[in-house]
Amino acid sequence: MSQTVTAPAAQRRRERRFGVFSLLVLAVMLGVFATSARGEQATFVLNDARGQLFELPNLVVDVVPAVLVLSAIVAVIAYRQFTTGFGSKAVLLVGVVALLFVLAFLTWAAAEGQLSVVGLLRGSLARATPIALGALAGVVCERAGVINIAIEGQFLAGAFTAAVVSSLASDPWIGLFGGIGAGVLVAFMLAGLTIQFKADQIVVGVVLIVFATGVTSFLNTQVLSGNPQLNSPTRFTAIAVPVLSEIPLIGPVFFRQSVMVFGMLIAVATLHYALFQTRWGLRLRSVGEHPKAADTVGINVLATRYKAVLLGGVFAGIGGAWWTLDAVGQFSREMTGGRGFIALAAMLVGRYSPVGAFGAALIFGFADQIATSLQLLRVPVPSDLLLTAPFLVTILVVAGLMGRLRPPAANGKPYTKE
Amino acid sequence: MRLELKGITKRFPGVVANDRVDLVVESGEVHGLLGENGAGKSTLMNILYGLYGADEGEILVDGQRLELEDPGDAIDAGIGMVHQHFMLVPVFTVAENIVLGVEHTQRLGKLDRERASAEVAALAERSGLPVDPDAKVEDLPVGIQQRVEILKALYRDARLLILDEPTAVLTPQEADDLFEAIRAFTDEGRSVIFISHKLREHRAIADRISVLRRGRIVGTADPRTTSEQELANLMVGRPVELSVQRPPATPGPAVLQVRGLRVEDALGAPVVEDVDLTINAAEIVAVAGVEGNGQTPLVRAVTGLQAIADGEVTIAGRPVNGATRKEVLRDGTGHVPEDRSSDGLVADFSVAENLILNLWDAEPFARKGTLQFAAINDHARELVSAYDIRTPSVATTAGSLSGGNQQKVVVAREFDRPIDLLVASQPTRGVDVGSIEYIHTQLVAKRDEGTAVLLVSSELDEVLALADRVAVMFHGRLVGPFDTPISKEAVGRMMAGADPEEVLGTAPGGQP
Repeated sequence: MSQTVTAPAAQRRRERRFGVFSLLVLAVMLGVFATSARGEQATFVLNDARGQLFELPNLVVDVVPAVLVLSAIVAVIAYRQFTTGFGSKAVLLVGVVALLFVLAFLTWAAAEGQLSVVGLLRGSLARATPIALGALAGVVCERAGVINIAIEGQFLAGAFTAAVVSSLASDPWIGLFGGIGAGVLVAFMLAGLTIQFKADQIVVGVVLIVFATGVTSFLNTQVLSGNPQLNSPTRFTAIAVPVLSEIPLIGPVFFRQSVMVFGMLIAVATLHYALFQTRWGLRLRSVGEHPKAADTVGINVLATRYKAVLLGGVFAGIGGAWWTLDAVGQFSREMTGGRGFIALAAMLVGRYSPVGAFGAALIFGFADQIATSLQLLRVPVPSDLLLTAPFLVTILVVAGLMGRLRPPAANGKPYTKE
Repeated sequence: MRLELKGITKRFPGVVANDRVDLVVESGEVHGLLGENGAGKSTLMNILYGLYGADEGEILVDGQRLELEDPGDAIDAGIGMVHQHFMLVPVFTVAENIVLGVEHTQRLGKLDRERASAEVAALAERSGLPVDPDAKVEDLPVGIQQRVEILKALYRDARLLILDEPTAVLTPQEADDLFEAIRAFTDEGRSVIFISHKLREHRAIADRISVLRRGRIVGTADPRTTSEQELANLMVGRPVELSVQRPPATPGPAVLQVRGLRVEDALGAPVVEDVDLTINAAEIVAVAGVEGNGQTPLVRAVTGLQAIADGEVTIAGRPVNGATRKEVLRDGTGHVPEDRSSDGLVADFSVAENLILNLWDAEPFARKGTLQFAAINDHARELVSAYDIRTPSVATTAGSLSGGNQQKVVVAREFDRPIDLLVASQPTRGVDVGSIEYIHTQLVAKRDEGTAVLLVSSELDEVLALADRVAVMFHGRLVGPFDTPISKEAVGRMMAGADPEEVLGTAPGGQP
């Protein structure tokens, strides 16, 4: 029967919705950025203060013409979205519109000031690190069929323990192991309650978040505040890869970072390879998709899930340790500020794939970093509002791109042999 | 491989599922295992496949005693099983599904996908079960998916293959292909245990048939010398009527009137188009057709479950257009839905609760918003005995009953009140012979009470056995109804889209 005839109609409706989004973006660009700039020229600094092979010139643009050019491109895309559409590239074009919007925004924000592009990108990658690690924790658990919403709890436990252990040992590596231990401990509780005792995975996840928040806050007030020597961890320092770190722009962004950033990149690549190319990954995914099928070919479903959740604990523990061993250097109450949930969103936007989740984490990391960078520029936007940027972006991205998400078929379902 | 089961006993709380079962499967033999739903066939096979442990008894393979802890042990012993619900990961490729658990790897644990594809292609070629190793399983039709399941067992070098109700999901043509594959398999000296409750299939494929009833082997038969009637009697434990006794219909006034009906799917495409149908009191009109030709939306529109895009439907003069589902059903329509587990029953509710699902807020079952459990339970006990529902108690959850008994619960609920129209969709799907006989008898009895019956079935035998008039649905359109008797071949050709005038040689009869 002629059911497929109507599918393009749905596609057209979707593209028209995207067109409405483009028009809204265009309205803001023309109505705000093109009219209310504080100066005529914006300066983008492309150099880093540290050693470089050669200097790049600063990029100086005239604000109003630049915004108008960007607006014109958005207008053309919007026109096409309403008329012929972009077909299979529809989602990609939404991304282009968003990128043009961000460029216009930065131009407007940097008017009469200087914006360090290196600092912005470098900071984005750094802030994407815990989000990506948390998302990896989610990916590995959910690919095996266990929903892990307790990433936020694992973050807090990891951050706290890493701070204390690193303070005691005066060594960030030992601190990192402490953080991993704490992440795994929370994971162990999740695994035991959901895999062994078949408790509801969402409920257990929520309970573990509350538990970790409560315990770390309590210990922070009762123990750490009276003993500052327990809360002064030795941190990881930035590592500069010889030669590569001196390439302008690329060097400082990718090759002068803390060891945790490098570790995260390796973890993303390794997990992606392992999940989709190895025997281990095939078996793990089979357990998340159709556990009974896995069981009937001799795969131990419960053990596979246990191991996956514990491995997730390792990733989330490292992610938590980022706050105290890399970013801040001190534990404070609820310092992870909901990034565990953003990691969950990154996992969904990345469609349960490590590389996809990393891409989403970069977007969220950028939103996080932009909020900080712009506070320094004294942009006429209330700072409280700026700090909500990561969450606004999360909502927009999740709502806009979640349409056809397909989770592992047995995700969230406890497995019982009859 | 020669398999011997000795004194296998398995008890579940309150039931002995297998009671001292002895069974011998010879090398190169297709051994049929026949039994009603709940007779213990699946339990026995799950024991043999290592999914359950037996409480007593032993399993011998070629004279060697076998200890089965889990399916891995059974696979190692050369036992393969094709489950009724496929054990395939839909998002994996054919090759990935087949090698899962016995993968070849290269360095760093990397899957050797090329080797897997090549091996699967070679195996498929060799065993006469062609399949694309790199296709995703979810994109394949059910018949091919079953092929993948069989290849999965062959890849593990199964020398005994258990096929659990393999034909339930197949078209007749696919079933013939399967039988050929089974023959090729046993020609190599391998053995097959073939489970089904369809007598005809056993006679077509089995070398020997063991009949299981209430957990016990009650007989072993040779299909060449045993008639279907004898097998059915053995299986049910009493003489069974295989054909339906049906006096000629004495139709009354029109009850269901469908005029120019059009139903659309969620995307607005027509799934039922331009359907006219009248069913009179005291007659059974069957709608035959290959599934997916619009029977489901037709039934849903008639019973008020799905919006009518165009046309009108009336039941005993009352319009269905615009009426709520509750009004349609309360005013005198009974509906046996095609999928009892999703639409017919609430699996976690008790039998008693399921029996009042259509009258949940009516006297005497509810008073002032409170369920009256004394009345509900009395009612349930009455129906359980009247409709021969085999259940430990009326408080048992419906989901724990066998398929046939679940269906009897639905039938009891829908039949046991005065109604004008009965809509029965696939009423005997997945139901054993004894229950089929019973449900057919009840359908005819309902007709003789004066109820108009709309029977939708993809089982041609059922259509021809019960219908007073037969209509055929093809691509959302209805042809007929035609008076019976009508030849099976004619209906079959119309199900495939043939022009009725050509098939019958005359203008359509029946409907003036």
